[in-house]
Amino acid sequence: MLVKQLSVFMENRPGRLYKLTHALGKEGIDFVTLSIADTKDFGIVRFIARDNERAYEILKKEGFTVGITELIGVEVDDKPNALAEVVALMEEADMNIEYLYSFVLTNHNTAKILMRVEDTDRAVKLLEEKGIKLLSEKIL
Amino acid sequence: MAKSKLKDYIYQPEYECLSRSEMENLQSERLKKTVKYVYEHCKPYRAKMDEFKIKPSDIRSVSDLSKLPFTVKHDLRAAYPFGFYSADQKDIVEVHASSGTTGKLTVVGYTQNDIDIWSEVAARSLAMAGVTKDSLVHVAYGYGLFTGGLGAHYGAQKIGASTVPASAGNTIRQLTLLRDFGATHLCCTPSYAIFLGTEIEKAGMNIDDFSLVGGAFGAEPWTYQMREELERLLHIDALDIYGLSEISGPGVAMECMQKCGSHVQEDHFIPEIIDPETLEPLPFGSEGELVFTTITKTGQPLIRYRTRDLCTLTAGKCACGRTTVKMSKVKGRSDDMLIIRGVNVFPSQIEAAIMNVAGVSPHYMIYVDRINNLDVMEIDIELAGNLAPDMVSDIESIKKKVETEVNSYIGLSAKIKLCESGSIQRSEGKAVRVIDRRN
Repeated sequence: MLVKQLSVFMENRPGRLYKLTHALGKEGIDFVTLSIADTKDFGIVRFIARDNERAYEILKKEGFTVGITELIGVEVDDKPNALAEVVALMEEADMNIEYLYSFVLTNHNTAKILMRVEDTDRAVKLLEEKGIKLLSEKIL
Repeated sequence: MAKSKLKDYIYQPEYECLSRSEMENLQSERLKKTVKYVYEHCKPYRAKMDEFKIKPSDIRSVSDLSKLPFTVKHDLRAAYPFGFYSADQKDIVEVHASSGTTGKLTVVGYTQNDIDIWSEVAARSLAMAGVTKDSLVHVAYGYGLFTGGLGAHYGAQKIGASTVPASAGNTIRQLTLLRDFGATHLCCTPSYAIFLGTEIEKAGMNIDDFSLVGGAFGAEPWTYQMREELERLLHIDALDIYGLSEISGPGVAMECMQKCGSHVQEDHFIPEIIDPETLEPLPFGSEGELVFTTITKTGQPLIRYRTRDLCTLTAGKCACGRTTVKMSKVKGRSDDMLIIRGVNVFPSQIEAAIMNVAGVSPHYMIYVDRINNLDVMEIDIELAGNLAPDMVSDIESIKKKVETEVNSYIGLSAKIKLCESGSIQRSEGKAVRVIDRRN
């Protein structure tokens, strides 16, 4: 029920993001999502690729500091307040969201929300009980 | 580390297990002979002793050692290249030299007698790491003017082990040879050994396909935490070997399997600890500068040579059975000491601090700058290669822990910068850990 995401530690200096994206691009790896959490000195690049396992292998081999994280993926209608409703559910249950991002695929009328939470099992159970549609990696 | 796969044994019990009085008698005889010999054969020594108004006859036992003047690296450089030989040029069979960071090379000439002594002490050392005739010793120290390569080589051959003179460099080839030849022992610098360990997986190899059981690592100071890392990576017992080309290459002292201090081969090299400021000899257990007097060498014997290495000496019988004096791990060279905002800082202290934190690797670089007349230290450290970095807060907390540890070890704050795995320059010889940009 969970979505796998790759996270890469990256020093904040020119050329690093190119190195990462090029390493994957030249091997024909396609990104589904990509976001960067940045601080003054470093960033964490988080992304989902069409082939996460291969992307992981490639980056390991190239010497990147990379890990795999499991996220909760939720699909909601692409309309106002849809995100707020999901967040409200989590808040009511006193569950902490570590980070979250969302994206909309063109020619779909749904939005996808990806989040990392403290207690994944509990969150999955809660969302299922509330009838929220969860994503698996394949749906992406 | 699981149960050790190697057996420490005493190569020459007749010298390594003497009582203190037997050792002192032997040292006294050899010292008297050496002082007389250098006075008669080495011009700079005769001049020095005349200046201090000391005659060889004034030296009757080891207790008279402190009457003799010191020798420093500068004396050797001033006599560049061969002015410090006591032996005739025709009797010198091998020449080594160490490069300083500044100035001329320090040259050391060895007679066949000296090479034999060196081989013997290196053999005693490797025996502590369990090297026998059945072992295969892979030497990845550089072969050349640097004594590391040939020293380990002579020791392994003296024992009769198969010796592989791989020399330094070409990591993939090193790993392939280690695995395919079934090396049981590795000799190189500890930083390079760790580098080899971390490259195994990247090279698509598996440590389980290696036959390594132990190794002798030296030529740069390293910490106990680094040993743990090395032992974990290579599945070996990692022991510290000490030497310096001026006295003899690796094998002047070596750690036994008790792993708490290195046995000095004091029937050949008398160790002393002095206060580097007052130059007064200090008793056992005090920290100070290590000084050696060679008492069996003939090519270029040295009297009270100041190593600049800081450590302590302890006497007493070791659990391994040896009775030779032990030296602690070298804390640093007095030349390596950084004075930052008036505080003495050794790179080894910083390394020890870093290694207490999970999530970082032993690869680091210390930068010292002077900004607005204030010394500023930045430490760049690589994250551990196996870290799965997803949360900014996890990385920030690693950084915070390093800051706290460094501060508690050296009493100064340093700016910590976490770097990508593999981004800090690797060295295949002695690791460069400090870049001082204040001058």
